[in-house]
Amino acid sequence: MIVTERAPGRPAPPTHTPVIVVDQAEARLGGRAIWSDVSLQIGPGQFVAVLGPNGVGKSTLLKAVLGLLPVSTGQIKVLGGSPGRHNDRIGYLPQRRAFDPTTRIRGIDIVRLGLDGDRWGTPLPAILGGRRARDARERVEEVIGLVGASGYARRPIGQCSGGEQQRLLIAQALIRHPELLVLDEPLDSLDVTNQASVSSLIRDISRTRNVAVLLVAHDVNPILPYLDQVIYLAHGGAVMGPPEQVITADTLSMLYGTPIDVLRDRAGRLVVVGQPDAHAEHRR
Amino acid sequence: MSSADASILARATSIDHALGANPIDGLAHMLSLQFIQHALVAGTSIALLSGLVGYFVVLRGQVFAGDAMSHVAYTGALAALAAGVDLRVGLFAATVIVGLALGLLGGRSTADDVVIGTTFAWVLGLGVFFLALYTTHSATGNSTANVNVLFGSIFGISSSDARTAAWIAVGLIALLLLIGRPLLFASLDPAVARARGVPVRLLGPLFLAIVGATAAEASQAIGALLLFGLVAAPPAAAQRLTDRPWAGFVLSGILAVASMWIGISLAYAVPTLPASFTIMATSTAIYAGAALITVGRRRGERRRSHPDVSAPEQPQGQAATS
Repeated sequence: MIVTERAPGRPAPPTHTPVIVVDQAEARLGGRAIWSDVSLQIGPGQFVAVLGPNGVGKSTLLKAVLGLLPVSTGQIKVLGGSPGRHNDRIGYLPQRRAFDPTTRIRGIDIVRLGLDGDRWGTPLPAILGGRRARDARERVEEVIGLVGASGYARRPIGQCSGGEQQRLLIAQALIRHPELLVLDEPLDSLDVTNQASVSSLIRDISRTRNVAVLLVAHDVNPILPYLDQVIYLAHGGAVMGPPEQVITADTLSMLYGTPIDVLRDRAGRLVVVGQPDAHAEHRR
Repeated sequence: MSSADASILARATSIDHALGANPIDGLAHMLSLQFIQHALVAGTSIALLSGLVGYFVVLRGQVFAGDAMSHVAYTGALAALAAGVDLRVGLFAATVIVGLALGLLGGRSTADDVVIGTTFAWVLGLGVFFLALYTTHSATGNSTANVNVLFGSIFGISSSDARTAAWIAVGLIALLLLIGRPLLFASLDPAVARARGVPVRLLGPLFLAIVGATAAEASQAIGALLLFGLVAAPPAAAQRLTDRPWAGFVLSGILAVASMWIGISLAYAVPTLPASFTIMATSTAIYAGAALITVGRRRGERRRSHPDVSAPEQPQGQAATS
């Protein structure tokens, strides 16, 4: 099965094969080109954000990487295969609204589905489960501890706060030791404190486990200090580069078509001001 | 149905045994009766199926879709009667086909409210049409058939019908157990399940087809109008009593079977009460009991959990349920 290909806690063996290669790809939805001539490359352990205005195809890019939407021209390689081929080595967190408050299923059970929810059959009662079931339970506890969700993992997920639900879902995405995390707006609908703590959690996982992260964000500020690369999607194309090069007043103003300023705070961190669509409370 | 009439007579004469002698003898006498045995064979398997399938119906928020099935079951059965074929052929064909169609037309993993609403109003109208055809053109038709389809006749089930119902239930339960885990994944988290290779778009229609077949089974026991007493009440009670998915799944099956056994025994002990009523009354009572037990507990839970938690590192009050 899937449980432990790698000892937990040890980073993935170093490889130099890129995790994602996109080569002159074009995506079409309903006959309309969403973006075209997009080329980019993401290496192991890299923390990469996909930024851009609404409706520009950020989620479409993630779906293309997961093989849920084929590209019309060009090519995408993920973990050395065609998209969708190695999805068991990818942790995915889709864009979502919160779980319904009446959902009376414990968080720990949602996390467990990430481990074996795709296997046919119905689980045996715990007493009859044997060694494999014990290993699975240990792995679930371990990954819940890793994201700091032990305090509320046994509460019905519908009664957890947005930040708590997001941590549990990140645990679900991490449970099979993925080499790539694909996260669609994981910080949306979180308050400022939770945005900061969830961002640093994702960064820590990326660093310590050598997991590449491809993350769509609405607001760049909470993750800006952690980013290795930025992909800006706008006007049907993409610009990729390290944050210092892409996140400049000139580049952003050109991409969004509206004046945007990039400032440095006292600690030397970049802050984007005037970014369209960002939540008001994050404009500083 | 003549066998149903016989069962009322048998129950009426057995009342002395049931109440006069000690309860063990009464129970032994009840279990020795043929129509009770048939009712228990069919009823147990149908109740277990309904409870297990119902768990997912309630979890997926498809109670409305399941409710539409009771109308479809009625129309299917009367169409078969009007055409002069076995009533069950019409029951199963109609419910399974409509289940598949709801799943496919809805397009999403859950069927659309408007699609369901439109479908079942039309279907019930069709049922009235078949009823008119049946009563005017069928010389062999009997007047109780319509009532039996609507309200069930578990004491009128023949030995071979009971065995057929049991085998169909076993087959459907096996199918449900086969797709159980991916179905739970697809129900709670369709986008992630799909990315992980779970055939979400296939499971939706397949599950509604299973719901359809379950409705056809339950119609034979407690009738098309009442089948939701077995498909919705036990899982709703189970989901109040536990928040572990597989424990709830099994508990839902157990509560449905308990409703069936208690309902059959009550109807045997008090012959004026129809079995469909006592089964329904029991499952409703179980749900009401579960709701009463959990109301206080949930109020406590809500007081402890704060809706907005800005510092997740800070440990929360431990969950009240385990």
